[in-house]
Formats: sequence, structure tokens, C-alpha cells
Amino acid sequence: MKILVPCKRVPNPELKLKIAGGAVELADTTWQLNPFDEYAVETALRLTENYKGGERSGEVVVASIGPKDTATQLRQALAMGADRAILVAGDDATLDADRVARTLRALVESEKPDLVVMGKQAVDGDDNQVGQLLAGYLGWPQATFLSAITLAADGKSATVCREVDTGVEERRVRLPAVATVDLRIINKKAVRNAALSGPDAEWEDTQRLASLKGIMAAKKKELKEIAPESLGVSGDLLVKTLRHDNPPARKAGVKVASVEELVGKLHTEAKVM
Amino acid sequence: MAATLVLLETTATNLRSSSLPAVTAARELAKHHGGQVVGVVIGAGVGSAAADAARFVDKVLCFDHPGLASALAETWAPLLAAAVKEGGASALVASATSIGKDVLPRAAALLGAGMASDVVKVLSAKSFRRPTYAGNAITDVEVTTAVVVCTARQTEFAAAAPAASPGAVENRTVAAVGALGSEFVALHATQSARPDLAEARVVVSGGRGMKDKAGFKVLEELTDLLGGALGASRAACDAGMAPNDLQVGQTGKVVAPDLYFAVALSGAIQHLAGMKSSKVIVAINKDPEAPIFQVADYGLVATWEATLPALIAEMKKLKAG
Ligand SMILES: Cc1cc2nc3c(=O)[nH]c(=O)nc-3n(C[C@H](O)[C@H](O)[C@H](O)COP(=O)(O)OP(=O)(O)OC[C@H]3O[C@@H](n4cnc5c(N)ncnc54)[C@H](O)[C@@H]3O)c2cc1C
Ligand SMILES: Nc1ncnc2c1ncn2[C@@H]1O[C@H](COP(=O)(O)O)[C@@H](O)[C@H]1O
Repeated sequence: MKILVPCKRVPNPELKLKIAGGAVELADTTWQLNPFDEYAVETALRLTENYKGGERSGEVVVASIGPKDTATQLRQALAMGADRAILVAGDDATLDADRVARTLRALVESEKPDLVVMGKQAVDGDDNQVGQLLAGYLGWPQATFLSAITLAADGKSATVCREVDTGVEERRVRLPAVATVDLRIINKKAVRNAALSGPDAEWEDTQRLASLKGIMAAKKKELKEIAPESLGVSGDLLVKTLRHDNPPARKAGVKVASVEELVGKLHTEAKVM
Repeated sequence: MAATLVLLETTATNLRSSSLPAVTAARELAKHHGGQVVGVVIGAGVGSAAADAARFVDKVLCFDHPGLASALAETWAPLLAAAVKEGGASALVASATSIGKDVLPRAAALLGAGMASDVVKVLSAKSFRRPTYAGNAITDVEVTTAVVVCTARQTEFAAAAPAASPGAVENRTVAAVGALGSEFVALHATQSARPDLAEARVVVSGGRGMKDKAGFKVLEELTDLLGGALGASRAACDAGMAPNDLQVGQTGKVVAPDLYFAVALSGAIQHLAGMKSSKVIVAINKDPEAPIFQVADYGLVATWEATLPALIAEMKKLKAG
């Protein structure tokens, strides 16, 4: 089982976002893996492992389109346990979801993975598009917003649970396919490769941290840098960002001292009751 | 001839109300693009649903085939793309439901069209306003392709009213359905008699501080007295206190009710992203420094154990008259 995990670096979502002159100022931010992509790396690792440890079968390749510094986040994924990394030079200003998806298509065509596992959404642009676009360009099936995945023992299909508006939807998809993961994919029993683990498989309830040993090992793993031109992806952006602004601020509220006061205010002042 | 296509989701017999905001967005787009607003209904045995949907648009294209019963992007996206091409449409829109989010980007890929996700405003024929960075920025984007694709945030577009006269239904023959090996197995639906989160006028959400399912039961009593929908933070969903599809936030449901109660939840940015457009926000939290108080119109610093029973009693009194 060879799995490609596209990863994006995002600015730390906990830091206050600075917006001035129609642009987001990111000079002082710290960068991290998009949380959903960290979950995707964890998912891919679980799909190539026996939960009891030791036994591992398959390869996990992480790939990002980003500036040179993105190597730091790719090394983090390697330290978690991914086998190889690919960094295609790029910059958010010269990318849109289409460009990212077409670059990834070129990588899929050269790497020939059995499965692409990626985040459902990058938490900076909040697009929630790339996985679906990639599947569309490849003509592959897509399994989006996954809260669980079980790979069949023959490696030819997967049974998945998707978080949808009305509950949980179960589907079967043929491989190769594109899968995008939601938050709950890192739950204890959410991921299993039937060829490697029985139904009792159970992991930690969260994504793994890189161990010291992992960090040392990551330094020796391959991180290949590619120029986008070599992948033959060019043309105009399909979506251009015009400007960013601060969202309208809410006016300051008041503290109430008691339930009676609260109900009174909702009744007579806010008139919502 | 120009046209704006809108994906209309249906039950077996009716248009789903979650698609009505998309109709409004489509009408706004059609003002810029010219031409008709054309609904697209896809499914198995959806003839009467298509007729119901036709009340809201100039025309409905109905793709009815046993192989289209479940909303698979693999089968629905090619139909949408073909309908855009054949009809010479210049815009394709859907509500940002889990189906819209799954299917529309794939249709955009097949069309080679640019797509704007989760838009809150149509600015012109090709430009849109949308929240980014968990709602910490508002971003204007422009689609540069001849065809524009977008999903509309349900809470930001009013539910469309029926058109002056119903449109015609045009049945389209579906030659073959190729699901590429994708197969629907089952839907484990969350059963609830409460109103839909995205449409409720009152939403009561609980967080990790509710401690367990028993704590949530108390919240549910308040919710039902208010005739509202129940919501939850990620932490509460992860802990199994509430089903996952009740998660409100950046990556869950987006709500904008008249009244939002945030009880024993801290107000992480990812949560705020899903509720800060609510008209009136009430926060109950024992920690006076909790970030939720920064967006709350009315804040009560107290434990839920000390406040909810009294609040429930007050509600009952009000109801009794
Ligand atoms: C990629 C990603 C996506 C995310 N998406 C979402 C999302 O869509 N929605 C979402 O909600 N979160 C989301 N989160 C999680 C978010 O960051 C927070 O971790 C989460 O919202 C915290 O939930 P909480 O407020 O219930 O818990 P906590 O932050 O632990 O807050 C509990 C609160 O309860 C209060 N409390 C405790 N006991 C009592 C009591 N007895 N009475 C009154 N108050 C009490 C405490 O003071 C505290 O403020 C996401 C996170 C990531 C990384
Ligand atoms: N620049 C990028 N490089 C690699 N993968 C990306 C990039 N941008 C987005 N992705 C992938 O696409 C997913 C969805 O992103 P988006 O559609 O931008 O919300 C992310 O979780 C990543 O897996």
C-alpha cells in the first residue's frame, strides 16, 4: 500500500490575525502543519501499520506545494513516521485550489499511489476543495469528510464513514481513490488496514507526536525538492484573491448577575423571548 | 443563452429547505449573468420532488435514474457539468451542505471552472465575499473563468420564496451512470425531533464543561423549552456527549439564530467561526476570562449546575403565562 499525503503549512490559528491594507500580514506568525493534514499523516501511518507495533507494510509519501521553509513541516511529518517527502516550490500568492490540485495530479501520475489521504480543509483559506478537484482531475472515486476508514484485506477497496449533515454515511470505494479526513478520523478505532490488524485494532485517541528517535531518523529521510515547471503545470489562476478585511466586530456585551436579570434582559431589551 | 444553474437537493417528494438559500444566491447571480435560474434535481424517483422544486425557479432539469439514488459526487458532478455545457450556463451554485461541498468542486474540476467556497455575498458576476481563517478574515475573491462555480453559506442567504409562477420540469434521459466503484452502504441518521441546526431560531450549545451525557440532558430540557436546536463544541462531541453532526464551528455546522446559548464552552476561535453571526449570544461559563464572553451580548459568570435549573424554572413560568 503506497499512500500519498498532500500537506499544507498554515499560520498558527491561535495567533491573532493581522490584517492591514487589504492584506493578511504573516511576517511574524509561526507556521505549522494544517491540523487536518496532521490527521491525514496519522491516518496514512495507521493504514500501513499493525496497531501492536513493529509490523509495517507500505509506504507513506508526504508532499507539499509551498515555500522553502515548508521543509520544516515536511520534516515533522517524516518524524511522525512518513517515509519520504516531496516539496514543490510555490507560494500562496501564486496558488489557488485548482493549481494545487493540478500539481498534485502530476505527482500522483509519477508516484502512482494506491490511495491519496489528505485533509478535508486547510484552516487558513477554508476552501475545502482540493481533494474533490484532485479526484475529479484524476477520474478517481472520492471519499470526503471521513471519520473512519477500513482498508479491505486485498487492498482493493475501502469502507469509510463520512460525517454528513444528517449523521454518518457509510460507503465503499474502489482504490485508487482520494480520501479527505475530518476531525474524528484520529479516534481510537477509526482507522484499520484489514491486512495488518484485526477488528480489535485500537490506537491512541490522538495523532502521535514525533519521538526523539523519529526526529533523528527524519533527518536522514529523503526530502526531494521539485520545480513546478518540471511538472508542466502552468496557466492563469482560476480564482484570484482581491483583498482581505477584518470581519465586522460585535459590539461589547454586558455581564448579568443572575438568571432573573438575564431572562429580563432577553425579554425586554433583546426581545428574543 | 445565459443561465444560472442551481443544484436543488430533495427528499423523495419535496425540495429540501437547505437548498432555498442557494436559490436566493442563484437569483442574485442571475441578475449579473442574465438569463434564467435553472434548478437541477438529481435522484431516483424524484419526479414529484422536481415538481415541488419547480415552484422556486424558472425551470427544473430532472435527472431521474435508479443509479442516482444517493448523492455520489462521481455520478452527480458529470451531470451538473454536462447540464452547464449544454445549457450554455455561466454560473453553477449550491448550498454549502455536505452534498454541495462534496459535489460542486468535482463539477468545477470537470468544467475547468474556478470555484468560490462558502460565499456569504455575491459582489458581481464573478466576485464573491467569503470568510477565511476561521472567520477572522473576510476575503473577496474573483473567479477568472467563463463559468463560475460557488457554494453559498446557508445562514447568509435568505430562504427563497416561491416564484410568481412555477417553472416547467424538463426530464432528462440519463444514458448510463458510472460510479467509478463508489457505492453507498448506509446512512446512520441522527434521530431528532428538534429543528434543524442551520435553520433553528434558537440554538443551545454545550461544551466540555457539561461533563457528561447527564449534563447534556439538562441542556436538552432547556433547548426543548425554547423550541430550539441542540449544538455542541468539538470537545463535547469528541467526548460522546452529543452526536458529531451537532458540532458547531469552522469545521462543523454554521449557525446564525436569533438567540444562541453557549453553555460551559470556552469559545475557541474554531467554535466562534460557526456562531458569531448569531443575533443575540448568551454565555454561561464559570471562568470570567473565557473568550466566549468577548462575543456574548449577555454573559453570566457561574456554573451551569447553579444556573440551568433556575433558567429552566423561569422558562416554564414564562410559558405558563
Ligand atoms: C482543525 C480543528 C478544527 C476544529 N473545529 C472545531 C469546530 O468546528 N467547533 C468547535 O467547537 N471546536 C473546534 N475545534 C476545537 C477547538 O479548538 C476547541 O478545542 C473546542 O472548541 C473546545 O471545546 P470546549 O469549549 O467545549 O472545551 P474547553 O475549551 O475545555 O472549555 C470548557 C469550558 O467549560 C467551562 N466550564 C467547566 N465546567 C463548568 C461548569 N460546571 N459550569 C460552567 N462552565 C464550566 C470552562 O471554564 C471552560 O471555559 C477544532 C480544533 C481543530 C484543531
Ligand atoms: N499548498 C498545498 N500543498 C499540499 N497540499 C495542499 C496544499 N493546499 C491544500 N492542500 C491539501 O488540500 C487539502 C484541502 O485544502 P483546501 O481545499 O485548500 O481547503 C488540505 O488539507 C491539503 O491536504
